[in-house]
Amino acid sequence: MNARPLPASIEATQDLLSGGGYVSDRALATVLFLSLRLKRPLFLEGEAGVGKTEIAKVLAAQLGRPLIRLQCYEGLDVASAVYEWNYAAQMVEIRAAEAAGSVDRARLVDDVFSERFLIRRPLLQALEASPGGAPVLLIDELDRADEAFEAYLLEVLADHQVTVPELGTIRAAEPPIVVVTTNRTREIHDALKRRCLYHWVDYPDRDRELAIVRSKVPGAGERLSKQVVAFVQALRGEGLFKSPGVAETLDWAAALVELDQSVLEPAMTSDTLGVLLKYQDDIARIEGSRVKALVDAARAEAGV
Amino acid sequence: MRESDQGDRDVPSGGRLGENIVAFGQLLRRAGLPVGPAAVIDAIRAVEIAGIMSRDDLYWALHAVLVTKREQRAVFDEAFRQFWRAGRLRAPLLVDLPQAPSAPDRPMPSPAAARVAQALFSDRDGIEPAGEERARELRLAASVEERFLRLDFAQMSAEEIAEAKARIARLTFSADRVRSRRLVAAPRGCIDPRRTLRGALRTGGAMILPLARKPAVTVPPVVALCDISGSMQQYSRIALHFLHALGETRRVESFLFGTRLTNATRALRLRDPDAALAACAGAAPDWSGGTRIAAALDDFNRFWSRRVLGQGAIVLLVTDGLERDDIERLGMAMDRLHRSCRRLIWLNPLLRFDGFEARARGVRAMLPHVDEFRAVHSLAAVADLVQALGAQRADEPDPRRYLARA
Repeated sequence: MNARPLPASIEATQDLLSGGGYVSDRALATVLFLSLRLKRPLFLEGEAGVGKTEIAKVLAAQLGRPLIRLQCYEGLDVASAVYEWNYAAQMVEIRAAEAAGSVDRARLVDDVFSERFLIRRPLLQALEASPGGAPVLLIDELDRADEAFEAYLLEVLADHQVTVPELGTIRAAEPPIVVVTTNRTREIHDALKRRCLYHWVDYPDRDRELAIVRSKVPGAGERLSKQVVAFVQALRGEGLFKSPGVAETLDWAAALVELDQSVLEPAMTSDTLGVLLKYQDDIARIEGSRVKALVDAARAEAGV
Repeated sequence: MRESDQGDRDVPSGGRLGENIVAFGQLLRRAGLPVGPAAVIDAIRAVEIAGIMSRDDLYWALHAVLVTKREQRAVFDEAFRQFWRAGRLRAPLLVDLPQAPSAPDRPMPSPAAARVAQALFSDRDGIEPAGEERARELRLAASVEERFLRLDFAQMSAEEIAEAKARIARLTFSADRVRSRRLVAAPRGCIDPRRTLRGALRTGGAMILPLARKPAVTVPPVVALCDISGSMQQYSRIALHFLHALGETRRVESFLFGTRLTNATRALRLRDPDAALAACAGAAPDWSGGTRIAAALDDFNRFWSRRVLGQGAIVLLVTDGLERDDIERLGMAMDRLHRSCRRLIWLNPLLRFDGFEARARGVRAMLPHVDEFRAVHSLAAVADLVQALGAQRADEPDPRRYLARA
């Protein structure tokens, strides 16, 4: 991989993203440009399925940097996020030293806690220089990790360093490009947000969503794409428990293409609602006459 | 000290200032600040050294010595305002006690004013003797204490409410705990290789003693939805005091609803309970108005449930369930809420009547979806709730009982 230089302007950032098939709005391009320039982590919050994770992936691919992903989950601790010692190998080393009969404590400590026995986990990997320049570090769904883990992240995000007690502090020569995402299933502490640039990733507007469908589901005809987007946009105004995200729009468009549809039909829409809506209450509310009304509106709006 | 002599120029010497500071210290102590004799001596010295030129200087000199926490500031501020009035330093000690406020419950007093006023008047006969009716009632009751515990919040006088608030603040929360997936060091459990090896190197590897770790235990958050409509007026304040006390020991997200939903979490995090309640009242424009339970729950489900109901949250729903329209929507909203949380506890003050039956349509729509149905009309009921937060599910508050009865 050969690293490309960071974009020099907001327009260049937007081009960079669209080059990777990510249709962004100007606000996102601006905050991303600033985060690259100021070398501050980018904190992305938004509903599930609006393309938060995708930003980091596209960024890594377009900049030619390695992508290091840390998927957060409850119980995530330093041992699985930062580093771990290879205990089995350390035990063998101690036994070997004993068998040799010369146990020099100071030397043994140095031997056993040397880089040789260090297992690097994502956060530590991200701080180490890689051939393609500083990597893109994606800390995904931070809200799933415990609050205690957030406190640990402060040191990594602010100073780009981690402290391994036996080895000392490891500092990144070049700070990684950090993207933090959260689904907002709990509030992230203000102290962590303060160190990042915040961006709320919203559902895209009509034109942008249409552009996304065109680029990601090229098989769908112009007419179907327009109707699909109009239908989903109307659905988001229905006050559902979970509105469909962009990921659902794309899934649905792809599903309709697979079913050889060229225009939206009420019957087929009802049958495939499960692709868009994932809660029974929501489906029950929309099914039937409401689907017909929405489809008719979407067809009228798409100009067919 | 020359400077302080100059500073005291317009203050008559002769110990008046010192006596007043002692009296001020006593006032603060009665108002609940931890002001000991040492602090009072420090305060007198501080005022001497600072050489007080103005009221502001005196304020900050005393503040520096007597206030040790941010939440004490409101009380100090109010006490200072009431105590150090013009002429205080020349007048004889404590003859100019301010007049008692004419109505004990002014609509919106400054948060700490009530407590300071109580401290100022506590040496007089502050509490009016109760009416004859009440006195007879008291004599008839087997035990005043017992009666107090069972007394409905709505029937309490201002002093009794204050007492109840104090008791709520003292309740200890035998918190329910959930095992998290984090591992922490423990005397026994499964082996912790990291600590074991680090410990082994202390002896140069001669002895490798296994050290253990086990899953950490955490307190799940509480999410409270509190009805502040007119019919709940007597109870919502007490409920908020309860939530405020609860917030000292665990994460509490508080929402108020009347005709609309308001998030009062930040307001309730203020340390001073009176200030927190005043902030709540400021945050919710629909205090003591009508109620639209279904709409409020719908809003909560759509905009907040995913944000606050993680980590095994318990939901406390404080309402009388008297919804007139939108019964079907209410049932659906309750169903959704029930599915989104670990445990849904409905606190209904109407349950104080022994013969309570689930007749109201709103109550009937809501009951099938709650895990527990409890009363919150008296201290004893609140204490029960506190127990219940710790205990496993008891049979008594089973909501189905009331459905069967109606």
